[in-house]
Amino acid sequence: MANAQTIHVQKKGKRLLSIKKHLPLYLMALPGLLYLFINNYMPLPGLVLAFKNYNARKGIYGSDWAGFDNFKFLFSTQDAFVITRNTLLYNLAFIILNAVCAIAVAIILSELTHKIKKLYQSVILLPYMISMVIVSYLVFGFLSPESGFINKTILSALNIEPISWYMEKEYWPFILIFVNIWKSIGYNCIIYLSSIIGFDRSYYEAALIDGASKWKQIRYITLPLLKPTIIMLALLSIGRIFYSDFGLFYQVPMNSGALYSVTNTIDTYVYRGLLELGDITLSAAAGFYQSLVGFVLVLTTNLVVRKIDPDSSLF
Amino acid sequence: MRTREEKVFQVIGHIVMVFLSLSAVIPMILLIMSSITDNDTLIRNGYNFIPEKFSLYAYEYVFKTGNSVIKAYGVSILLTAVGTALSITITTLLAYALSKKSLPGRGVLTFLVFFTMLFNGGLVPTYMNYTTVFGIKDTFLGLLLPNLVTSGFYILLMKSYFMTSIPSEISEAAYIDGASEFQTFSRIAFPLAKPIVATIGLFAGIAYWNDWQNGYVYLTRNTDLYSIQNLLNRMIQNIQYLTQNSGNISNADIGLASIPSVSVRMAMAVIGVLPVLILYPFIQGNFVKGITLGGVKG
Repeated sequence: MANAQTIHVQKKGKRLLSIKKHLPLYLMALPGLLYLFINNYMPLPGLVLAFKNYNARKGIYGSDWAGFDNFKFLFSTQDAFVITRNTLLYNLAFIILNAVCAIAVAIILSELTHKIKKLYQSVILLPYMISMVIVSYLVFGFLSPESGFINKTILSALNIEPISWYMEKEYWPFILIFVNIWKSIGYNCIIYLSSIIGFDRSYYEAALIDGASKWKQIRYITLPLLKPTIIMLALLSIGRIFYSDFGLFYQVPMNSGALYSVTNTIDTYVYRGLLELGDITLSAAAGFYQSLVGFVLVLTTNLVVRKIDPDSSLF
Repeated sequence: MRTREEKVFQVIGHIVMVFLSLSAVIPMILLIMSSITDNDTLIRNGYNFIPEKFSLYAYEYVFKTGNSVIKAYGVSILLTAVGTALSITITTLLAYALSKKSLPGRGVLTFLVFFTMLFNGGLVPTYMNYTTVFGIKDTFLGLLLPNLVTSGFYILLMKSYFMTSIPSEISEAAYIDGASEFQTFSRIAFPLAKPIVATIGLFAGIAYWNDWQNGYVYLTRNTDLYSIQNLLNRMIQNIQYLTQNSGNISNADIGLASIPSVSVRMAMAVIGVLPVLILYPFIQGNFVKGITLGGVKG
């Protein structure tokens, strides 16, 4: 009995000693942990705001409970449907078109023999480095109703009436998809390219001896070998399908009210509710909806990824 | 040796890539060309690739009257420098600690980092926390703090780099020689990790230079702290802002008509994007390495 106790004390003492020994390491970890606590964990209790009748004077926790009223109200509006539809459909279009374009470019770059391909790769990556604010200026240069290149030069040369681009919503799904591809193609193609470069060259040599054409090599060697990467990237994007690029949907259309029905996503809705309309509870409800569904989607897609390829899964 | 088909493929490949490369730079050429075109010509002809009448008046105007531009440049440079340094420091230190297998509680701490990648409170709770608890609204911290560590993913990436690329024999030899944990980190681990530190620093630096959201959300009244991105953002919404803040009262009297607004807009955007364009050739190699490193999960 006494023996067991001493062993217990010894064990405890050992652990204390070990913690003491590692004190410098804990000190090193402290700033980062403190930051994550402030930035990521402290806000979490604030999620209850979605279930409250917010009163600024009473604060988040002092405000009266509203149950599910905020959600009932949110989902009774047209907005809930519009922002969900826009977020999902745009992301779906991005996932498919970005993959198709990036794979095509990656294959071309991998097959080109001239040194200049390095230059191509650098140049198409450039838009990725530019802030969305600048992108909105670039788009404005083309689409400005009074002085844009399209209205003033192209349409006037073709004798077509100028278009008020920032007022007419039917063009924006195409514009936003185009801008997204333009900005991200360089980034995405590097990921595919790095995986193509890693392929075993002997497949191609064998195919060449058999007289397989270039198209056949791409169709029967490159694409099948790329399949795991394609599936993995698609699944990871599906995990983030409830999130949108705030800058793309807010800056590029210049926050134009006439375009909301095709540019409003969950992120822009939450922002506007919080800082432009002062409708904090609805904004909080939409944000809660995004966090929750987003979390479920990340977990689900990760389960699928882990089934296919354990090395690529997040956990 | 080369087949006809191979030649056709090469030609088509070059055509596609030239087309894509052009579409990547053409909008920027339009921006630059418009900024050096005379304002009246712009009003008549619109933004164009060939300046019919050359003029540097927009730049002159920006630098003469817009002291807000120079100040915003200063804020952006300071923010990028401080933000990148802080981000690298806390990311590297935390990653180093988590890379030590003997550290008690390592599993829990790693999970706490990892969980931030899975679940996020979103804008409203984050905003409420920062403004009501920490009061960072309208301060420099409002630009700096949110998203300081861009993603928990970088911490985990660096942690596995420390674990795989730095042989434990080296650090053990250092301990035996009497080196403290900090010395081992600063003299051995950090220098060995330089490539990945540079890459992550580059991502953080670009994120800070390009960031406009923090300023947009947290600087509502204190426009003195505007970074160049926030100023540009404000500009495109309201060209009048420049007259109000030019510090030149007589200018405001002349009114909007005298401001070369159409060309000034583009000149401001050129000024904002210039550092990225100048540095790009030097950093893009490292950037590409970073993408392939974090690629799939980034």
